[in-house]
Amino acid sequence: MTKISLWKRFAGSKIIIPLVTLALLLLYNLIFTKNFFVVEIRDGHLYGNLIDILKGAAPIMLISIGLTLVIATKGIDISVGSVVAISAATVAFMIGGDLIMKNGVQVPYTKVPLYIAISMAIGVAIMAGIWNGMLVSRVGMQPIIATLILMVAGRGIAMMITKAQIITVYYEPFSFIGNGYWWGLPFSFFIVLFVLMATLLLVRKTAIGMFIESVGINPTATRFSGINAKNIIFWCYVFTSFCAGIAGVIYCSNVKSADGNNAGLLMELDAILAVVLGGTSLNGGKFYLIGSIIGALIIRTLTTSIWALGVPPELAQVVKAIVIFIVCIIQSEKFRLLVIGMFGRKEMAA
Amino acid sequence: MKRRLINPKNVPLLATIGLFILMFGIGSATFPGFFSLQNFYYLLIDNAYLIIMAIGMTFVIISGGIDLSVGSLLALTTMMTSSMLEKGHFSPLVVIPLVLLMGLAFGTFQGYLIQTFNMAPFIVTLGGLYLARGLCYVVSIDTIAINHPFFKAVSQLQINVIGNNFISANVVIAMAIIIVGMYLAHYTNFGRTVYAIGGNEQSAVLMGLPVARTKIQIYALSSLFTTISGIAFTFYMRSGYALHGQGMEMDAIASVVIGGTLLTGGVGNVFGTVFGVLIFGTIQSYINFDGNLNAWWTRIVIGMLVFLFCLLQRVFEASRKKTKKGSQDSHPPRPVVAH
Repeated sequence: MTKISLWKRFAGSKIIIPLVTLALLLLYNLIFTKNFFVVEIRDGHLYGNLIDILKGAAPIMLISIGLTLVIATKGIDISVGSVVAISAATVAFMIGGDLIMKNGVQVPYTKVPLYIAISMAIGVAIMAGIWNGMLVSRVGMQPIIATLILMVAGRGIAMMITKAQIITVYYEPFSFIGNGYWWGLPFSFFIVLFVLMATLLLVRKTAIGMFIESVGINPTATRFSGINAKNIIFWCYVFTSFCAGIAGVIYCSNVKSADGNNAGLLMELDAILAVVLGGTSLNGGKFYLIGSIIGALIIRTLTTSIWALGVPPELAQVVKAIVIFIVCIIQSEKFRLLVIGMFGRKEMAA
Repeated sequence: MKRRLINPKNVPLLATIGLFILMFGIGSATFPGFFSLQNFYYLLIDNAYLIIMAIGMTFVIISGGIDLSVGSLLALTTMMTSSMLEKGHFSPLVVIPLVLLMGLAFGTFQGYLIQTFNMAPFIVTLGGLYLARGLCYVVSIDTIAINHPFFKAVSQLQINVIGNNFISANVVIAMAIIIVGMYLAHYTNFGRTVYAIGGNEQSAVLMGLPVARTKIQIYALSSLFTTISGIAFTFYMRSGYALHGQGMEMDAIASVVIGGTLLTGGVGNVFGTVFGVLIFGTIQSYINFDGNLNAWWTRIVIGMLVFLFCLLQRVFEASRKKTKKGSQDSHPPRPVVAH
């Protein structure tokens, strides 16, 4: 009997699947990829594939934190990629793409102080979130459509900011955000950690998390029990864009340029995939922030392992697609019933 | 009951057609040479592939689903066609049916996953997006130019319609697809089932409609139309490239929405979609004529139009709900008793 309940608990738990997936991926790399787990110290910071994964996954991890909340309210935000582009364009535009040399040495130059540039970028992202949130919660549009508008128009706005040019940022202090290290670990990872901790505290130590889940499960019942469902939904979208704004700054700092066309391209899909891999259902309700973070790590690890294999990096997409299909099939109710049914019968026969 | 001059069902469609005429009118008033039959034909020529793709998408959206894989599938079609023609030296008579079959299989696979495992169309077709785009790179990373005489001949074909104005072969294909699409949507059991699924899937099942089969067919149809669109795109560009059609799924969805199809499903029109694409084309044409406006304005204007049409849809939906509520109050629904 205990066996059945244990199995059922295993099959029923959502966080276990992403963890096992990540473990399998790492195991695969342990066996087949040379030096995958080697972490050495270079230039005073840690260096290696694992560190690269942490660094590369930072923007997607950030976005998936916000997106988890939106998806928990039974919404979706497909504009995050465009918001990343807008935020990256803003911060690059504010700092300016000027390279000033003095006696052959580069002089750090920025049009406005760094903190103003960054807060402007995040501010613009929050404005985008307010737009999304208003459309979904007040106008009552379907989330996918409401955010589709910004997804289409957002790239245009980003291009308008950069005047359709690729702005290259030479300001050295700025590149610390995406390329710097603290105690040997990427600085961007600490930003993610901070946002994650703050969000966890907010949703798990206060009632907000429960409110979000209840909105996702039944918005009408939520409203009847005296919770302002509209505001909850609104703030979830604002928060997602806020996260995307930070991700845009990190992204821009990492690649030291802003390209309205390509910054954050397909990032919304990666982030959604991360959330789904993490066990949060697209039908809303229960959400798993840690799961989403693991999901983002899975995606990044997958990409890195494919690169390590030496096949063309573009092939990563085929593998990603297959992973989506497999994980979604495993997560589907029908498959679970099938498996539990099979095992259940075996138990009975024994 | 008072007979209305205009069926409220057609309001979005009329709004779309009105908007197209308005935009074309603005263009004609601003630029000399904008208002000509040939310029209208150019709209069709430059957007024929999008019309074909958007019609497939219309069926998906009417059924309440979404298909994000179309842009990548178009790229995959151009890649497969060009590599089979140029590297494999197959005859187009072999290549085209093979590619169409591939599209059909691709769509059936997506539909099967959506139906059998009850997975969200959004996520399945997202997987399809990655899969098709990735497979493009497996075929080749570089552009493959097509020099096959048949494709050259088709892409340079000019068919005179009314005077010296010409259309391309793609326009003829698009016209055929429009007719097929309208026939499927309005005169077949399949079409009626699609509308029923979009209206209320559970009711459709209870009515005994073949929902499972139709759902798979919808995605198969969308992918098939996308491959046809891909072949039209190959005629248009005469090359295969893995980056073709990037973000085109959003152009198609935006065109469908502007065309008056409700994204909640159940309401929509193939004919409206055609005008949705034409509006899209008119904006691009306007920007080309102006010369001072930059390309990013296309995106912003399209975004604004989608916003306007969604708002219109909301108003339309709200008024429909009101009338429904009123009729329900006077005739309370009877409880269904199972015998």
